[in-house]
Amino acid sequence: MSAPATVSPTAARLAELRSAGRAALVGYLPVGFPDVARSTEAALAMVDAGVDVVEVGVPYTDPVMDGPVIQRAAEAALAAGTRVRDVLGLVEAVAEHSGGRVPALVMSYWNPVLRYGVDALARDLAAAGGAGLITPDLIPDEAREWIAASDAHGLDRVFLVAPSSTTERLRLTARASRGFVYAASTMGVTGARATVGDRAEQLVADTRAAGAENVCVGLGVSTGAQAAEVGRYADGVIVGSALVRTLLDDAPWTARLDALARLTGELADGVRGARTTTTRTTTRSTTMEAAS
Amino acid sequence: MPASEPVRDALTQTLAHQVLGRLADQPGPYFGEFGGRFVPEALVAALDELDTEYRKALGDPSFRDELARLNREYTGRPSPLTEVPRFAENVGGAPGAVRVLLKREDLNHTGSHKINNVLGQALLVKRMGKTRVIAETGAGQHGVATATAAALLGLECVVYMGEEDTRRQALNVARMRLLGAEVVPVTIGTRTLKDAINEALRDWVANVETTHYLLGTVTGPHPFPEMVREFHRIIGEEAREQVLERVGRLPDVVAACVGGGSNALGIFNAFLDDEGVRLYGFEAGGEGVETGRHAARFSGGAPGVLHGARSYLLQDADGQTLPSHSVSAGLDYPSVGPAHSWLHDLGRATYEPVTDQEAMEAFRLLCRTEGIIPAIESAHALAGALRVGRAAVAAGRTDQVILVNLSGRGDKDVATAARWFDLLDDVGGDEAVVETVTSEEGNL
Ligand SMILES: Cc1ncc(COP(=O)(O)O)c(C=O)c1O
Repeated sequence: MSAPATVSPTAARLAELRSAGRAALVGYLPVGFPDVARSTEAALAMVDAGVDVVEVGVPYTDPVMDGPVIQRAAEAALAAGTRVRDVLGLVEAVAEHSGGRVPALVMSYWNPVLRYGVDALARDLAAAGGAGLITPDLIPDEAREWIAASDAHGLDRVFLVAPSSTTERLRLTARASRGFVYAASTMGVTGARATVGDRAEQLVADTRAAGAENVCVGLGVSTGAQAAEVGRYADGVIVGSALVRTLLDDAPWTARLDALARLTGELADGVRGARTTTTRTTTRSTTMEAAS
Repeated sequence: MPASEPVRDALTQTLAHQVLGRLADQPGPYFGEFGGRFVPEALVAALDELDTEYRKALGDPSFRDELARLNREYTGRPSPLTEVPRFAENVGGAPGAVRVLLKREDLNHTGSHKINNVLGQALLVKRMGKTRVIAETGAGQHGVATATAAALLGLECVVYMGEEDTRRQALNVARMRLLGAEVVPVTIGTRTLKDAINEALRDWVANVETTHYLLGTVTGPHPFPEMVREFHRIIGEEAREQVLERVGRLPDVVAACVGGGSNALGIFNAFLDDEGVRLYGFEAGGEGVETGRHAARFSGGAPGVLHGARSYLLQDADGQTLPSHSVSAGLDYPSVGPAHSWLHDLGRATYEPVTDQEAMEAFRLLCRTEGIIPAIESAHALAGALRVGRAAVAAGRTDQVILVNLSGRGDKDVATAARWFDLLDDVGGDEAVVETVTSEEGNL
């Protein structure tokens, strides 16, 4: 049963962009790096520079799906005293700043959510204007409590699929997700890569065929050209480490913010240019055939 | 893949156990409200494959025979049972009032119980057609056992080890390298076992098609907690028979140290359904639970999720993992196998902290009274046994039999002990020890 109990703000945004003929740019930053105030400033700068969806990471001591860049930022955020509840303020700032136009999803490993209380976090996140949660180490099989809480509070729940997922698991995950399904482009952790995994396009097609309405691709995208390539076939392009890296520099803060805005702009141009060079309709109808 | 006959047999057996409700045969993924599979989706296919292969192997006589042969001819099983009367005198009371018997896992090839699980999993790796194994290690004993099995079976082997542990267990770093394994020091986070597991998981996600993660204890996502228990249950099965034969009845108490919990579960398992046998797990109390520098998950932690399973966990108010502390690298881990959390909440086993100080005293005592140098991990079980024995004497009990799992030998800990007891002050201080066991990385 894939009919969502609520209208997903993220799905609505993706649908809007789809009719405008392009994929969404989803930008990730962890809250609290280098501190809470500046991480909020950075997220808003990303919004101004053209991200369509913001993904706010909760820093965690044991981020097993993250490579060195995000690990370093998370470690620094924790050392600076960042709390889980700080994510709510950032989400609220994005909602206000964008007039509710830019959905803010929180990405969190599962234990901080468990400790906060699954229903309590869902309630507080919804109250802050957040769109939902991305859960890298929670599979639908273990998500009963979160599925109930997200239904109760009208939140998106973004589960992941990977190139190793079987058809049966793609179906299970597509059914359990709301907003979009997060397709990991490659077998591995977050981090910029020279090329985006060649299995990503097939995974997107397979995930759609398994019933997913929207599929966004993450892991390894770092340049405008890569964003354009992925934006050709996916509903959204998720960029994390490359954006975080602009802030990890030793340069003065304003220069780091400029670098962040510049890269965001390049990526935004990438997703906008993606379907003008190829025939989007062909790509789409092929995948739709596969889906039916 | 079509279910073969043996799979069905194994599944039927598992179901039968569930119906009979024998604690010893509790199948995964859940142990009460603990366990499960809190992992990235990317790993699910590999965990399913492992689960299938493991269940098939359990029902396959050729697998069981091969493992039994290795246990006998390579590891040297059954491991002996040794009574230690001079050690036991230290609980006080009338001579013989408390008898202490050691299950000698320290005499296994590679020096600890870890080899039991490693050989079982390594045979599964061959069956799955994978060519590379990765492992985490704290004390280095699991890493050494994995490097050993990899050499024996011709597998590529990479071991992740926290940088702090490579220093405290330098001898084992050298052993692993001698055996042909690559040892990767982990320099992020707390630089101990927890972070070594994080790195191993990251490697596994990226290389899962060719690589098996040979997890070293009864933690992690399903099927690891159940499977690793199965490969260690031989410890308790042998010990139960040996005690029956030696003293004519079951022991009153079974004691073991608990890091992730594999040696403890291995010896407890055969006694779980013997109601009269009291089971004690001893965790690392470090500098004392009240100092916050410890690895006492049951007295200082709360249920949470780490490394794929829900279990008791050292964590702060935000669910961030708290660093653990122990003189013993093998017990220095903030979570514990989910089956122990289950036994704890059921009240079937009792878990208590033992401080560094108590463990080191028991370590020295066993050396001097019995001529056996234990691993510092195992010394926690010895200290716990002394505590339980003294309580029995104080309560006026006589004829108490305490079975202790001596999970490993202390060769790897000689440098730590020499420093702790200032044994080498007259021959150049602790630098001398460190230098004899540490060498330029590339030379080993
Ligand atoms: C000798 C010895 N005993 C015990 C342990 C703790 O592990 P577990 O609790 O899984 O038995 C270790 C771990 O390194 C060990 O080397």
